[in-house]
Amino acid sequence: MSADTTTATSGIGPVEGGAGTAYGVDNPAPVIEAPRKRTAKTPRSTRGNFEMAAWLFMRLSGIVLVVLVLGHLLIQLVLDGGVSKIGFAFVAGRWASPFWQIWDLLMLWLAMLHGGNGLRTVINDYAERDTTRFWLKMLLYTATVFTVLLGTLVIFTFDPNIR
Amino acid sequence: MATPVLDKVEAESAASPYITVTFRVRRFNPEVSAEATWEDFQLEIDPKERVLDGLHKIKWELDGTLTFRRSCAHGICGSDAMRINGRNRLACKTLIKDINPEKPITIEPIKGLTVLKDLVVDMEPFFQAYRDVMPFLVTTGNEPTRERLQSPEDRERFDDTTKCILCAACTSSCPVFWNDGQYFGPAAIVNAHRFIFDSRDEAGEQRLEILNDKDGVWRCRTTFNCTDACPRGIEVTKAIQEVKRALITRRF
Ligand code: HEM
Ligand code: FES
Repeated sequence: MSADTTTATSGIGPVEGGAGTAYGVDNPAPVIEAPRKRTAKTPRSTRGNFEMAAWLFMRLSGIVLVVLVLGHLLIQLVLDGGVSKIGFAFVAGRWASPFWQIWDLLMLWLAMLHGGNGLRTVINDYAERDTTRFWLKMLLYTATVFTVLLGTLVIFTFDPNIR
Repeated sequence: MATPVLDKVEAESAASPYITVTFRVRRFNPEVSAEATWEDFQLEIDPKERVLDGLHKIKWELDGTLTFRRSCAHGICGSDAMRINGRNRLACKTLIKDINPEKPITIEPIKGLTVLKDLVVDMEPFFQAYRDVMPFLVTTGNEPTRERLQSPEDRERFDDTTKCILCAACTSSCPVFWNDGQYFGPAAIVNAHRFIFDSRDEAGEQRLEILNDKDGVWRCRTTFNCTDACPRGIEVTKAIQEVKRALITRRF
């Protein structure tokens, strides 16, 4: 079997196309097009496709969120007197350090994009009409972008001396 | 006076294996009503018989208009998948004694496909998804004169997914498929898996691209309904995950 030989034009091999069939040179069996055959018109490889990226992102961000969110809850609600210690001074103290700024920034972005993409999936799965789906997603995207931008703005421009 | 009769009945029922079961069947006839309704049938049946035998009894002795598909009656052709007591099963592989015959046994068409009549659904969308993954061997080059050889290990790689009988129990148990019917569904992915992981096949890449679609494998929510529903015991969810992994690593 050499590599440069091409497929026989009729897909019928000597075994299947043996004696007794009505097909012949003048009466070939109908061509069965492979469904979704790749042609010049079909888009190029969909590798790096959005749905795949979204799926991967959910898992990767989930792993990071385990650390960020559980750590966050532990610090805010359990350690050092629990929830009663949280106040302006506590937040101001923590955001004085770039470490906690980056922690909170990362948590904000990852949780919002993770939650936003999760809700996008839920909407895709449950919305029945295209218009409902479209507007629900617009609402979701607006809320996500607004929250992410507002949160980022606060983390970067936080002024501990505000009165 | 009544005693001898009673005795006789008791003696008879002790000897007879038959019990009385209620089949609660979801009936739909578009020529009569747009609504589907439940209809109860009482039948005397040996609990070691199958739900399909009960349906035959109804059709042949009680109500000839009851409509359902079956062909082989032995779990091979995949015609008679239906929702029995809320779970997708083959009527021909479900014994009555195994599904609590004390209570009425509910029988409905599989979900997510258009009901045509009683238990018969339109399978076209299901088979369209199946055709879309190109469920046939694709090769290049000359045909070998004898069979295409494969090592036992290579054959083992996709053995599980060769068992599919296309009954649609898995696809019609999937909540993502119920939503809009656009998702390829577990059965199509299982049949793509059967060729993607076949060392003799050369269109694995193409099939992966097809399943990388926005209605392809990424819509799977890993609910395991499909694995639970499969009458052939195929690990459907696992097959779907293997396709996802192959898409990400491009190794198969
Ligand atoms: C604590 C660590 C977390 C982990 C390990 C995690 C993991 C995951 C994974 C793997 C999925 C995808 C499920 C699927 O595609 O079938 C998911 C979905 C989702 N996540 Fe998270 N997540 C975490 C935190 C969060 C947080 C903080 C939020 C909210 C902001 C959130 C909101 C969602 C939503 C709304 C979904 C979609 C639900 C669905 O698809 O059924 N998750 N999560
Ligand atoms: S009748 Fe053939 S699978 Fe049940």
